[in-house]
Amino acid sequence: MVITKFNALNRRSFLVTGMAASAAALTAGLIRPSAALADAKYELPKLAYAVDALEPHIDKQTMEIHHDKHHAAYIGNLNKILDANPDLQKLTLEQLLANKAEKVPEKDRQAVINNGGGHHNHTLFWSILGPGAGGEPKGELAAAITSTFGDFTKFTEKMNEAGTKRFGSGWAWLVKTADGKLDVYSTPNQDSPVMEGKTPLVGLDVWEHAYYLKYQNKRADYLKAIWNVINWAEVDKRFAAK
Amino acid sequence: MAFTLPSLPYAHDALEPHIDKLTMEIHHGKHHNAYVTNLNKALEAHPDLQSLTIEELLANKAAKVPEAIRQAVINNGGGHANHSLFWTVLGPNAGGEPSGALSDAVKSSFGGLAGLKEKMVDAGTKRFGSGWSWLVKTADGKLEVYATLNQDSPIMEGKTPIFGIDVWEHAYYLKYQNRRPDYLAAIWNVVNWSEVGRRFSAK
Repeated sequence: MVITKFNALNRRSFLVTGMAASAAALTAGLIRPSAALADAKYELPKLAYAVDALEPHIDKQTMEIHHDKHHAAYIGNLNKILDANPDLQKLTLEQLLANKAEKVPEKDRQAVINNGGGHHNHTLFWSILGPGAGGEPKGELAAAITSTFGDFTKFTEKMNEAGTKRFGSGWAWLVKTADGKLDVYSTPNQDSPVMEGKTPLVGLDVWEHAYYLKYQNKRADYLKAIWNVINWAEVDKRFAAK
Repeated sequence: MAFTLPSLPYAHDALEPHIDKLTMEIHHGKHHNAYVTNLNKALEAHPDLQSLTIEELLANKAAKVPEAIRQAVINNGGGHANHSLFWTVLGPNAGGEPSGALSDAVKSSFGGLAGLKEKMVDAGTKRFGSGWSWLVKTADGKLEVYATLNQDSPIMEGKTPIFGIDVWEHAYYLKYQNRRPDYLAAIWNVVNWSEVGRRFSAK
């Protein structure tokens, strides 16, 4: 089995491939450990940096609550649903969400979209943020952004527009589509681009809980500030992944 | 005639400690204000719509509104209608219980206030993302509890909202953060039942 992305493992490939990469994906929280292991559940991935590392752009208290409460709740709820649907436990999170979560029985589908999407989205979010980050992408991604959007500034403007225009809760996304092109758009609530076969590269959480303690109603200010903490090395990796 | 932001009938700190002063300032002065501004902006090119009441604008999923601006009117007109109601059904030294005809209806529909609270709190907790938990009077005069998405108003479906609880995170995050259930438990301390009763009895 080839590991196509760090988070694309399922239990069969976990067993045959190296422990190191599998452990990384486990730590990332995006596969459920085999049922033979204790506590066969999705787990909250640790932040790769301190909760105050993104100050002043994203405040410490928000990082604590956003990660330890909101993200943790999505995982708890997701695990509860999977406890009741054992045949879904062998799927990766992406497989669960694919094609608008069609593999999930209708009665649980929206809950899996909400909580599975929430888990996927936030796991990506923590990884594409970082301290001492910001700046601009390099290499192939930079070239793709220029050719798709004109220049980096126009790209960030498009993202921020998608974010400010998303009424209610949701996310603004930079994605790679199935044919390798870049696209910017927003989704409602915790809907993931993975549901439509797109690969999320940058996600900006515009649920009010992502910014309200520091920015209150000023979502546009939050969106301007967050570009100071985007970890382009991680975004590049996601863009380049097959 | 442009729509305008109604004044709060009480001071910003009047609902403390259940709803904090800063939230009232921002919720009313910024969020509700923005809905009013954006509603007026959406209707700028449509003077014929500007003389309608907000109920007429929103009726039948805003059927009277051209498709090009319909969602903007639902979002901002709904936001204006919802928040205008919200400020009136809350109040200081309020709380307690409904009386009169409303009390009878709550008893027969929900078994009493406890039953009504449970239903509204459940609807509010289960509303994923942004929205409202509603107590409405239906077209045939019955009481019903359910939640809507974003700023969708029960008016859109011909129902009369008589009490609503805003569960957008901006309604509670500064004081309660992720603890929406705590906010939903506390808000009953500031329900203005005489206003809710008035809305129930209105023709």
